[in-house]
Amino acid sequence: MNKIHTACKHMFSPALRFLGAEAPGFSAALPRARFVMAFAAAILFALPAAQAGPARPAAQTGAKLAGNAQKGKKIFVSDGCYECHGREGQGATQTGAPRIGPPPVPFVVFQSFVRKPINEMPPYTAKVLSNQDLADIYAFLKSIPMPPKGKDIPLLNK
Amino acid sequence: MAKQKKLAVDRRNFLKGAAAGAAAGAAALAVGPAAVAAKAGEPRRMPPPPMSAEAEIEIPLSPDVLTVDRSGSDFMVDVIKSLGFEYVCANPGSSFRGIHESIINYGGNEKPEFITCCHEESSIAMAHGYAKIEGKPLLTLAHGTVGVQHAAMAIYNAYCDRVPVFLILGNIINETKRVPGVEWDHSVQDAASVVRDFTKWDDLPISLGHFAESAVRAYKIAMTPPMMPVVLVADAELQENPISPDVKMHIPKLTLATPPQGDSGAVAEAAHLLVAAENPVILADRTARTPAGLARLIELAETLQASVIDLTGRMNFPSRHPLNQSDRGRGLVAQADVILALEVADFYGAVHTYRDQVDREAKSITMPGAKLISISSNDLYIKANYQDFQRYPEVDLDIAGDAEETMPSLIEAVKRLITSDRRSAMQDRGAKLAVEHQRSLEQARDAAAFAWDASPISTARLCAELYGQIYKEDWSLVSATTFVSHWPQRLWNFDKHYQYIGAAGGYGIGYGAPAATGAALANRKYGRLSVNIQNDGDMMYAPGILWTSAHHKIPLLTVMHNNRAYHQEVMQVQLMADRHSRGITNAGTGTTLLSPNISYAKLAESMGVYGEGPISDPKELGPAIRRALEVVKRGEPALVDVLTQPR
Repeated sequence: MNKIHTACKHMFSPALRFLGAEAPGFSAALPRARFVMAFAAAILFALPAAQAGPARPAAQTGAKLAGNAQKGKKIFVSDGCYECHGREGQGATQTGAPRIGPPPVPFVVFQSFVRKPINEMPPYTAKVLSNQDLADIYAFLKSIPMPPKGKDIPLLNK
Repeated sequence: MAKQKKLAVDRRNFLKGAAAGAAAGAAALAVGPAAVAAKAGEPRRMPPPPMSAEAEIEIPLSPDVLTVDRSGSDFMVDVIKSLGFEYVCANPGSSFRGIHESIINYGGNEKPEFITCCHEESSIAMAHGYAKIEGKPLLTLAHGTVGVQHAAMAIYNAYCDRVPVFLILGNIINETKRVPGVEWDHSVQDAASVVRDFTKWDDLPISLGHFAESAVRAYKIAMTPPMMPVVLVADAELQENPISPDVKMHIPKLTLATPPQGDSGAVAEAAHLLVAAENPVILADRTARTPAGLARLIELAETLQASVIDLTGRMNFPSRHPLNQSDRGRGLVAQADVILALEVADFYGAVHTYRDQVDREAKSITMPGAKLISISSNDLYIKANYQDFQRYPEVDLDIAGDAEETMPSLIEAVKRLITSDRRSAMQDRGAKLAVEHQRSLEQARDAAAFAWDASPISTARLCAELYGQIYKEDWSLVSATTFVSHWPQRLWNFDKHYQYIGAAGGYGIGYGAPAATGAALANRKYGRLSVNIQNDGDMMYAPGILWTSAHHKIPLLTVMHNNRAYHQEVMQVQLMADRHSRGITNAGTGTTLLSPNISYAKLAESMGVYGEGPISDPKELGPAIRRALEVVKRGEPALVDVLTQPR
């Protein structure tokens, strides 16, 4: 548990702070509040469940499916991910959707959350979004380059 | 809307041989009316009041009398001028043709000056935006039926936002005085009924003296917190019946009520809780009605060294103040031992999360034992039908009173209680909060860098480019920042009250463009640069406001946030599709504005407004805004269409 906790903590950039805001149906009272929720804790609960039990074939987990970033970019738009997360996964406080790339969380975390989100996010079951689609979206998110720091963009320092 | 007029020879009855004095309400008359004989030798007689038994007797037609020196609407304009309205916003309507003509001729079309609107929703929303800058209402006019129906949503927004709007409706209450046809469709027995659930007060005066008293009373009621729209119905006969030019009628003196203050004992109790708190949090929503409210909140927060979370119902607290912790809101609320809510519209929502899935559920986010204090004028006037009063919040101390007015006594009470030990603890707290504030600012800048070069343009880039062009000017952001994820509050330096005016209040879309125009109208005389980040869907409700801004030379820089959709509903329908695991690619049906794409630049130009765009390359945005700014600095509106990310 400690090892997982440390590993996940390392991957949790500010990107994964939940912003309690105006996702569909969300209370609008604190539109800018950052919800520093126990996303880590939630995933930590999910991870053991995902990893426990007999090993499942790669096709079911999607963990070893090769993803196509170009296809993933199209699905990211057509299937509505961009609506809350932005077209480059940058997130938006108004929707409460966090930044999901770059860099994205581990694939198994990503997949688990998309299938069964714990908060406001609409669920995407395998019926409408295959594991291959997920792998493609993930490849797209991984392909987005990291931006410079805000302090290095003069327009952001007025 | 302007209604078609069918003329009939018996349209108006005039007293035979007389231009009569004012109608009933004899107490309001300083001097009795003088009836002017149309023919020499004809005896003068007092005209019967319109609602008296005598008025039931039909007065013979007098087709010879076609002109009169003065009508009741002239006196109505005397009353209107006594109330100090700068402008009157209206789409013309024949049911108030009397007041209209009196304003532009008898009144000289100044104070108030007639602002021509293409939709009553625009008239009211202009008044809504204006009032939040100027601190007082505009006059608006509308038909008592079709006009007020058009205006209804805008009135609701102003009501929810607690903003004063003064609306006069035209109507013909006496059915024998209506031309057959359209005037019957446009007449109503109770004109204000359609909006009574979301206005504060209304009246149908039946004499000019009554009109005068009700107009002054209505203004006073509108301006007493909680402020809300008020309605007067100006009967067309009262407007158009002649009055003697010699008659002097009394206009009551206007004395505004002092805003209600919180009970001193309760304020003292609040001060105790706040001074003793380890992690006090102040929630500010519609706190700063005026610049005084901004200054008082700064003093209160600094005295306590307390976190302030600005919920942006108004410009409440400087964005770069070290105690501004708005970016950390939820987390701080969860750790707070005392939470003070100052005119917070939704206190329940501020201290709960609410999950909108199949099972909708709320969860409290406050820690056990946290004390909740509310100071608000909301409870002083609540109506039952429309549910804008939000879910019932469980608070420990509920102080009914205007927050801005109560703050001075709260500050004094706090100061009296601070010991040297508490002062030292507060200073330590303040130092830590300052560090957190700086960290939040750096994190916001880092977050803004993501999707920096994206096309469509990110809302962060849009707001940063815009600020880069205006930050040295005396700017005023006259639009809500909700749909651009509040990037201005996170990146710009807000420190003046007029730099932000909040949002629609009732979330009625269509508020944006006209409210920005009304606020810009208020800003014009101060030489401020008004800036509007304009949602595309909002613009499409009543785009005629663009013509109004061009015609009246209202300088306003509009930068489109054009995501080509009613995007909130795109997300709502997406949620439904996902819930059913079906049609997840169909959420754009019925929610997007595509095929064809609307050209907002051409729309603007068609109405006399400078337009450029659409801009989809972020590198072109700065120069385009600069070009538009040159137009605005010449005193005219300008629009730049920008293709943007959704939020």
